[in-house]
Amino acid sequence: MKPQLKSLTQTQGFAVLTLVLGILVIWYIAALLMNGNQMINMLERTGQSWTYTQVLQGAYSIQRPPLPVPHQVAMELYQSVLNQAVTSRRSLVYHSMITLESTLLGFALGSLLGILIAVGIVHNRTLDASLMPWVIASQTVPILAIAPIVVVVLGSMNLTGVLPKAMISMYLSFFPVVIGMVKGLRSSDKLHSELMMTYNASRQQFFWKLRWFSAQPYLFASLKIAISAALVGAIVAELPTGAQGGLGARLLSGSYYGQTVQIWAALVMSALLGWALITLVGMAERLVLRRRGLTR
Amino acid sequence: MHAVKLQPQTSSPAKPHRLMIGIDDLSLVFDTNDGPVHALSHINLDIHQGDFVSFIGPSGCGKTTLLRVIADLEQQTSGTIHVGGTSPQDARMNRLYGYVFQAPALFPWRTIASNCALPMEISAQPKSHRQAQIDKYLKMVGLQDFKHKFPWQLSGGMQQRASIARALCLEPELLLMDEPFGALDEITRDHLNMELLKIWKATGKTLVFVTHSIPEAVLLSTHIVVMSPRPGRIIKVIESPLPRDKTLGLRDSEAFHALAAEIRQALASDHQID
Repeated sequence: MKPQLKSLTQTQGFAVLTLVLGILVIWYIAALLMNGNQMINMLERTGQSWTYTQVLQGAYSIQRPPLPVPHQVAMELYQSVLNQAVTSRRSLVYHSMITLESTLLGFALGSLLGILIAVGIVHNRTLDASLMPWVIASQTVPILAIAPIVVVVLGSMNLTGVLPKAMISMYLSFFPVVIGMVKGLRSSDKLHSELMMTYNASRQQFFWKLRWFSAQPYLFASLKIAISAALVGAIVAELPTGAQGGLGARLLSGSYYGQTVQIWAALVMSALLGWALITLVGMAERLVLRRRGLTR
Repeated sequence: MHAVKLQPQTSSPAKPHRLMIGIDDLSLVFDTNDGPVHALSHINLDIHQGDFVSFIGPSGCGKTTLLRVIADLEQQTSGTIHVGGTSPQDARMNRLYGYVFQAPALFPWRTIASNCALPMEISAQPKSHRQAQIDKYLKMVGLQDFKHKFPWQLSGGMQQRASIARALCLEPELLLMDEPFGALDEITRDHLNMELLKIWKATGKTLVFVTHSIPEAVLLSTHIVVMSPRPGRIIKVIESPLPRDKTLGLRDSEAFHALAAEIRQALASDHQID
């Protein structure tokens, strides 16, 4: 079995590599076409005659290309991550930390709210009928429309800074937790429930000794979605609120000044941040479930 | 709300025993999409303290349903039933019985010891007492070395033994068992049958046992309740002539075969295959 498995992972690795290479090739060709056109326009505007070597060189090195190529983005990332003090406003780490702060706060608040709403829905038929439609409706409203309202309302209550952003994160992240937890709390094995009945267990004992545990695999699946939603919420919240720092602000200022390389670098950074956050939740999941004997 | 403490039974079997379960003209009808299903029809049955009673019959004869009615997991449509002198609901509320399901039903997130602690946690028994009970009954079922293992680390037979230990930890007067060894291989089953007989003899509990194995019913029971489906009903109650002290060797005796034949005849007299 083992050699077969190995060759399978090798084939898989090969497939991934081919895909990445393919994307890079397409990317560079697309950049040549898009940036090359701009290069030609630029040269023609100055009345110069141009050669293909000029265009080829320029397409991959102009300052504000419509489509930056990967090595430009990598250079920008290197410059703004490693060659800047982390306290500098030019450092992407500085901006990531600001976004991370409201992401984590919003995630914590959203998860807590989601769990509480789920517990209410599962234990109370009235709440189940009355709350669930609102929970679903809340997610059909475009977040970009909600964000400025939240910021203005909270601002009028003298709440500024990280809190309004965390609220948007919370707004996006409580939803998957509600859905997952309701499902999880209702997923208890019928046999286990009957066993608890034969012990004449109270409602609280049912919850803390059975339901809470059988809901945990569902909870962690939801938390993974919730934390990435919280990150999206934090970035979106930084866009319309005129925030001075954060990945969202960096994206916005990049688009103001046509700094496409800066936009792409911030984009890659937020993707890396999201990946790291989901990985962390996944590690917590494995740790908790293994300690509880739920995975082998 | 305290569990009824079992008095170790030292009296001889000849002494008249207290009525543990009294069932009088009990019927249960399930309403289904295909119309009413008569799961139990006009059941009359008395089970006395210290008896080992087996319900036997083909699938659909209502043997499990009858056990579930005793345990207050189902409610009858008509008729009356008393468990330990009270209604099944009160018996359940007072944790009079321990129920062993067909599957072990252990919580996967708890160790074996912690699974056994569950009913005692729920009935708020002190921790030192819980520890003592767990040690005592895990030893009785031969699992003392597996206390800190999780259920998935044990074989099916060991898991079922753990679930029996869990039921015993509350020391209920009455033990209700729904085909507890149905999913096990025959060798494990023989072994656990003897273990169960030992526990029964040692504790003097009343045991109600659902099975579809004739040899198992003969080997274990003092009384065998033969049931038949459509509608689920009792066709015969046989009092075992075999001694209470049983060994596996008993299975080769004349009396054993005669009793098995009697059960088989009772089942055949009302046989329908579908």
